[in-house]
Amino acid sequence: MKNALRLNSFGAMFVRIVFAAVAAFPIVFMLVSSLKPDQQIFGDMSSVAAFLPIGNISLDNYTAVFDRVPAARFLINSIGVSAVTVVLGIFVNSLCAFGLSRMEVRGKKVVFTAILATLIVPFQTLALPLVWWVNQLPYFELNGFSLEISKGWLDTYQVQIIPFIANAFSIYLYHQYFESIPKELDEAARIDGAGWFKIYRQVVMPLAGPATATVAILTFLPAWNSYLWPLMVVQSEELRPVMIGIQYFFQLNVSWGEVMAYASLITVPVVILFVAFQRSFINSIASSGVKG
Amino acid sequence: MTTTQLPSRRRPGAPASGAPAPSAAPRHRRPGYLREQLSGWGMIAPAAVLLLAFVFLPAILGFGLAFTNARLISPRPVEFVGTDNFARLFADPTFWRALLNVSYFAVVVVPVQSGLALAMALLINKKFRGVNFFRTIYFLPVVTSMVVVSLLWLFMYRREGLINELLSTFSFGLIQGADWLNDPATAMPAIIALSIWQAAGFHMIIWLAGLQSISGELYEAAQLDGASRWHQFRYVTWPGLKHTRSLVLVTITIQALGLFDQVSVMTQGGPLDSTTTIIYEAVRSGFKQQETSYASAISLVFFVLVLLISAVQRYLTREKD
Repeated sequence: MKNALRLNSFGAMFVRIVFAAVAAFPIVFMLVSSLKPDQQIFGDMSSVAAFLPIGNISLDNYTAVFDRVPAARFLINSIGVSAVTVVLGIFVNSLCAFGLSRMEVRGKKVVFTAILATLIVPFQTLALPLVWWVNQLPYFELNGFSLEISKGWLDTYQVQIIPFIANAFSIYLYHQYFESIPKELDEAARIDGAGWFKIYRQVVMPLAGPATATVAILTFLPAWNSYLWPLMVVQSEELRPVMIGIQYFFQLNVSWGEVMAYASLITVPVVILFVAFQRSFINSIASSGVKG
Repeated sequence: MTTTQLPSRRRPGAPASGAPAPSAAPRHRRPGYLREQLSGWGMIAPAAVLLLAFVFLPAILGFGLAFTNARLISPRPVEFVGTDNFARLFADPTFWRALLNVSYFAVVVVPVQSGLALAMALLINKKFRGVNFFRTIYFLPVVTSMVVVSLLWLFMYRREGLINELLSTFSFGLIQGADWLNDPATAMPAIIALSIWQAAGFHMIIWLAGLQSISGELYEAAQLDGASRWHQFRYVTWPGLKHTRSLVLVTITIQALGLFDQVSVMTQGGPLDSTTTIIYEAVRSGFKQQETSYASAISLVFFVLVLLISAVQRYLTREKD
């Protein structure tokens, strides 16, 4: 009995290690290859050296990436677009959930139901009509003292941000979380003369940290990884996000080591974020399970 | 301060039914009522307006545009053309090929990916030394973007690439390997493999959440009755995952039908249309050829497909109640 149990747990550990090897080997290969010249990558391919940073190791591929394309610009674009989307998304969606959850607003049930209904529409169905639609929208630009109105949002920063700020799932998550915070807190604050916005800002939001972490991660990942949308709406080189940048870079017939360097460059920051905030990441994915 | 009676809705998640509308009427004039309405709507409005502008309107527009001749950039006014776009779509062999390809993709990916994800979840469900290490490693592919994953596997799938080297090493030279992405017979299986590799960790987490919601007492009771490992899984775990199961199936199926990034980066639909997909065709016509109307028709067919499949899956999982 005891032997069988030990065998069992040994077997389970073996399977775990096999799964881990399969999950990790492409990423290790990517990181290691980013440090090698192409000749060596191909030379090492048939041995375990493919996964080891040995031989002719340098950061040459990384410097080459920055020499060939404005990779720093792409990174700044993606960081900016993701950060603005996350910050505005947290504000707009939590505010909406606050109104829907903690205030007695007439008609809020209809609004909440309509918001939840948007969850059944996958983004891919909207994407093509949305391209046409954003191309019809007016665009206001303050030029000195005159306000200039032009048509069409294509090829701008806002077209990468504004359509993705409001998110039904974020509103739902905040709503769920707010419902678990006792309403007596609001009452007490009201007696002290606090307005609704002050209650939102100083009573409810400070207690909603876990919901904010979840929403931040679930907004950040698609914003950083977005590909289909910027592929269609961004043309200028200086507005490109990293995922469009890497595909463009790849098409320049560069060496594989350089492609792996670029790929590592845009993957490692997210991996570091993940390792640092692992619990929040796992929780946010688990909570996204209630969708659908 | 008025002592507002809180409506009894202490059950989060319960649908908001049973409106307190008529009984609320006499309280309209309590102090702060108008202010609450105004601030409330002020808070709801930004998100509501954005959703209206970027989800509801495009959805309705997409429906409408599918019956017109709209182009992305065109000097001519948009005209109603009836069902012309759909007639053209259903007569297009590439569209049927795309439908066949995503069906093939979904039929393999849905069971394999959910099964592997469940296996991974079971492997790291119990606490043991190093559980965090394994969880991190299993989740690593999920935080890697699909575009990066596609480029990386594009490299590994070359004829003299890492995949073929590994295959030949582990089979002691028996398996030669293929030119995966350039052969119509192997291109889709190759895309399937990397898609499962990337996304299984995501559904592992959802399974894990389901596993941890099953009460430990049930397992203790089963052990007291002398149930084997398999019986515990069959009669405690599996029924306990009922809700999670339908959820995982629906989300994987919808993701599978929306296949785009991998194809766009790796094969551009080729070779010989063997990897083209519905969304890839929509982007090709709507964006590259600027035929918004035709692309809207494709998107509409895709949406109907998604609705149908989630309805069918919901029905199948509900039946057993």
